[in-house]
Amino acid sequence: MLGLNKKDTTLLIAVAVLTMFAPFFLNPFPSDSAMAQFNAGYPDLMQRFVIFGIFAIGFNILFGLTGYLSFGHAAFLGVGSYAAVWIFKLFTYNVVPAIILAVIVAAVFSVLMGYVSLRRSGIYFSILTLAFAQMMFALAYSVLSNPKFNLTNGETGLQVYPNDPQMFHPDSMQDFPHLFGLYMNSTYTMNVGPWAFDFNTGYYLCAVVLLAVFYLAIRIFRSPFGMMLRAIKSNQTRLNYTGLNPRPYTLAAFVISGAYAGLAGGLMAAMDPLAGAERMQWTASGEVVLMTILGGTGTLIGPVLGAGFIKYFENIFSKINDAVLHQWFAFLPDGLEDFVVFLIHPFVGKGWHLTLGILFMLVVIFLPGGLVEGGQRIGKWIKSRGKSKDTGPKTEPAELGE
Amino acid sequence: MDAILLQILNGLDKGSAYALIALGLTLIFGTLGVVNFAHGALFMIGAFCAVTLQRFLSLSFETISETEKDFLGNPLKVETPYVESWFGTEVGSSIIDWSVPLSILLAIPIMMLVGLIMERGLIKHFYKREHADQILVTFGLAIVLQEIVKYYFGANPIQTPAPDALSGVANLGAWFGFELAYPVWRIVYFCFAALVIFGVFAFLQFTTFGMVVRAGMADRETVGLLGINIDRRFTIMFAIAAAVAGLAGVMYAPINPPNYHMGMDFLVLSFVVVVVGGMGSLPGAVLAGFMLGILESFASTTWATTTIPGINQIIIYLVAIIVLLTRPRGLMGRKGVMEE
Amino acid sequence: MSKTNLTRRGVLKTGAVAGAGVALPTIFTASSAAAYTNEPTGSSVTLGFNVPQTGPYADEGNDELLAQQLAVEHLNGEGDGGCLNTFTSKALKGNGILGKKVEFVTGDTQTKSDAARASAKSMIEKDGAIMINGGSSSGVAIAVQGLCQEAGVIFMAGLTHSNDTTGKDRKANGFRHFFNAYMSAAALAPILEKELGADRRAYHLTADYTWGWSQQESIAAATEAMGWETVNNVLTPLASTDFSSYIAPVLNSGADVLVLNHYGGNMVNSLTNAIQFGMMEKVVNNKDFKIVVPLYSELMAAGAGENIKGVFGSMNYNWQLQNEGSKQFVKSFGEKYGKPPSNSAQTCYAQTLLYADACERAGTFNPCGVAEALEGFEFDGLGNGKTLYRADDHQCFKDVLVVKGADNPTNQYDTLEIVEVTPAAQVTYEPNHPMFGGDEASLGTCNAG
Repeated sequence: MLGLNKKDTTLLIAVAVLTMFAPFFLNPFPSDSAMAQFNAGYPDLMQRFVIFGIFAIGFNILFGLTGYLSFGHAAFLGVGSYAAVWIFKLFTYNVVPAIILAVIVAAVFSVLMGYVSLRRSGIYFSILTLAFAQMMFALAYSVLSNPKFNLTNGETGLQVYPNDPQMFHPDSMQDFPHLFGLYMNSTYTMNVGPWAFDFNTGYYLCAVVLLAVFYLAIRIFRSPFGMMLRAIKSNQTRLNYTGLNPRPYTLAAFVISGAYAGLAGGLMAAMDPLAGAERMQWTASGEVVLMTILGGTGTLIGPVLGAGFIKYFENIFSKINDAVLHQWFAFLPDGLEDFVVFLIHPFVGKGWHLTLGILFMLVVIFLPGGLVEGGQRIGKWIKSRGKSKDTGPKTEPAELGE
Repeated sequence: MDAILLQILNGLDKGSAYALIALGLTLIFGTLGVVNFAHGALFMIGAFCAVTLQRFLSLSFETISETEKDFLGNPLKVETPYVESWFGTEVGSSIIDWSVPLSILLAIPIMMLVGLIMERGLIKHFYKREHADQILVTFGLAIVLQEIVKYYFGANPIQTPAPDALSGVANLGAWFGFELAYPVWRIVYFCFAALVIFGVFAFLQFTTFGMVVRAGMADRETVGLLGINIDRRFTIMFAIAAAVAGLAGVMYAPINPPNYHMGMDFLVLSFVVVVVGGMGSLPGAVLAGFMLGILESFASTTWATTTIPGINQIIIYLVAIIVLLTRPRGLMGRKGVMEE
Repeated sequence: MSKTNLTRRGVLKTGAVAGAGVALPTIFTASSAAAYTNEPTGSSVTLGFNVPQTGPYADEGNDELLAQQLAVEHLNGEGDGGCLNTFTSKALKGNGILGKKVEFVTGDTQTKSDAARASAKSMIEKDGAIMINGGSSSGVAIAVQGLCQEAGVIFMAGLTHSNDTTGKDRKANGFRHFFNAYMSAAALAPILEKELGADRRAYHLTADYTWGWSQQESIAAATEAMGWETVNNVLTPLASTDFSSYIAPVLNSGADVLVLNHYGGNMVNSLTNAIQFGMMEKVVNNKDFKIVVPLYSELMAAGAGENIKGVFGSMNYNWQLQNEGSKQFVKSFGEKYGKPPSNSAQTCYAQTLLYADACERAGTFNPCGVAEALEGFEFDGLGNGKTLYRADDHQCFKDVLVVKGADNPTNQYDTLEIVEVTPAAQVTYEPNHPMFGGDEASLGTCNAG
């Protein structure tokens, strides 16, 4: 189907089902129960899952296929956001031109940064991208927000003000990004018994975009171009001897992944029309590296899983405070309750960074192939149950073997 | 003239911290081939060794004062440090006063122990893994370490002043007949850094141990074939690198009060320093550290910032880009390191 | 936003679903079910406390959180009632708000606009929070204020000192109890003139971002008006840790006052560095060299330790204030947590009570009703003395404290001493003041979701 082999088609369909029915999957607990704390099916977080999924898929096209580790991809996400908000400010709240411009601007920036950075490889490449991105962050945060030439609005973030021109924005419409009249923040809530499921326009726009770019990523992975990128990863010297110049291929991969990041940035601005410089900081670039490796480098679905994993932590674990803990363990006798809360306290709420750090370490130590490898191992274990243990924990990069 | 000298001094001072951290990073990378993102955290732990000793020495018992009141109007609990009651007020308070230099004695064994545990417990399983995995696991470790420190010490910076005798301002220009005032502790820091750097180089250059390590850095397999247990030596080098970072942190504590994220603040910079110097080159790391420190200082002057607005924000990265594009392996890098 | 909504809690609570087990999906939109965003229909009402819990301002955030928890206790009639006893408005009865028990959820702003908006959204969309309170930087405050305006909930700003929060970025749904850079300058200038003289040369170091600029502008304007000369203004990157290369040139510039327009870690380090360079012992132009830190906080003072001795600054509130409300609040806070409250804690505490009180007086949780009740509201008894919530820009006007690092602190909490309480009249300005967006700035209209 769609030029994909059977395995890839299954994967695509699985992703389609997962994204389309995410509002159900992510809200498994009745909203009045104590476990509702773990529900993730509210519009903002669902949008973030998908947007960072797109970002990570794009990053994986560069890092997973060519092995070039960029520490500057957040910069493209940032310029994409800025471009989109400028469209909102100057022309219209319609998200289509905003997202298109976000992709184009990010691609242009990535051509420039990629052309220079790809002259070096290994850690030198990483540091070059990091340096470019940090420069862009520093400029966006302060220098480019000075009153005379305010391009980024600095610390506060670029946003739409009532006195902006907005040339094609009719007064009859609300002041919020929309897709030909469908507002990104409109949500329908479905109540089934004690459960409540949110269906948000913005989320579904993001989800459809995710499916499209996921399909594109599969095609890239399976194309001769993708093979070439993998050849670059495995042995660049040998490739040089064959008389092929790898640079155009790596640059193409760099620009594609930059455009993916710009797309994610544009979508972010479309969901919430504010663009801050912090999303360009090196820690934000580091986050997408973590997402990709955590999920499974070089796999198709891994980066999406990694993105979901990290965003879930950031948004759900950070909100568990002592009051919530006491509520959960209220059934225990007083002394024991306090003790259990005392034990868990350092790891949740303001300690969510600690838990995340520990989990990173555990995943990297025990699951070098990321979450995808974890899934494969479980799958294998289920299959081989009853049979003799003949397969060691050998990792294959998932979906790489045709 | 003295303005320029001042900025050179500032640069050397900043450069000292960069060079010490970069030196440790390069030692670890050169010997073990591991990219250690937790190195900034080691620097931070060093600084908190000073904080811990200061707190420990200031441990106090409480006596209820008859006359004074606390902020709620209850009788004030007066705290007297144990050391003051044991050794007398004068000796006791001067011991507390000298807690930062004293904590060097504490930091060396602690940092070496931390280094050993890190290498044996975690890093050694990552020699054969990709650099990306090393980065991720050490980054995770860095987060865990700094969150633990935050849990015990809070997020606020903690003052750890230098001893009174070393905290004033010295007039360096007095010998030459002009005024050049500079904080004493910063001069101490620079001298200390120079000493440590010199010590590490001497150790590698003039001891058999160091010779073997250098040989191992150049060609690990051949050294292994000669029947030398290179792994054990590399482990010790890791501990030494950790101690170097820790000492840099201890002595840095009086310059800027330590907080839990100071390691992360230095991490990116120190990687830039290492790469500009050339991966795996010890002299390169030191040279680049001082060079970037001085450049950063000069970029902060009013003259520079009015010529090019915002230059002080980006100078380090700009230099990194220029160096890497003109000298592919940094200032003193070797071919074939970290390029696969 | 009449057709759309960002939330579902109100819907969920009102939506009676017929039939058990195999009920047919019932689809509602907000407009048909709830009058405004997150209308509380059960026996409780949820407030959202959005403070930095990770990152460099985590301790500040923690202090705010403690104060907010204390406020919730007092609202629900637990504890000693705190400032409910001294508050001039007697609408609050200690039985929750409008008879509903007060509950709260917490979020982590990480002191980043994106993260702060994400956690605020999560509290609004998922937990049904009807008001967002807290924060410790102006960037975050302005970003979250914009979000609350869109979502149709009330935003009670925590620590935010930039003029913009109630200046060009003011919003109908947003309220600020904290003071601002203009007020700092207006309060500091006369004291500086009295203590340091009218003939001074000031050197500014300014954090290179919006808040830093707006503070520098305010201070320079106010001090120049009384005769000071501004020798230089140097912008320092936010990421700076070592300020030596910025401090060193001050010594040779002929300046005799150093103004540090820094906050948090930046301020602690720049002040520490300035002291290292022996500035406080210097004599320039036959005058003692002085350092001014326009915005002080207790945590910064603690971080800077001994270095703050003799350094002038301003504060929104200090626990040493001796009015009834302050004494009551310090007693409640101190007895519960064993330390006196910081000024950001006091702001968050006061904001929570003010919001609750406005709901009571308005008789509704509807943000438009609440906003109306807060506008032009005059009160006393929350610790700052007589205070007005101005209707034009939703800024509180009250006395501003000028403080100085104490020379002989008796304990770790009285490191700052109050030099003067500048009366509110002296720091009041027109709502269309040019530093506050001029005539263009407008609140817009209130949004109930």
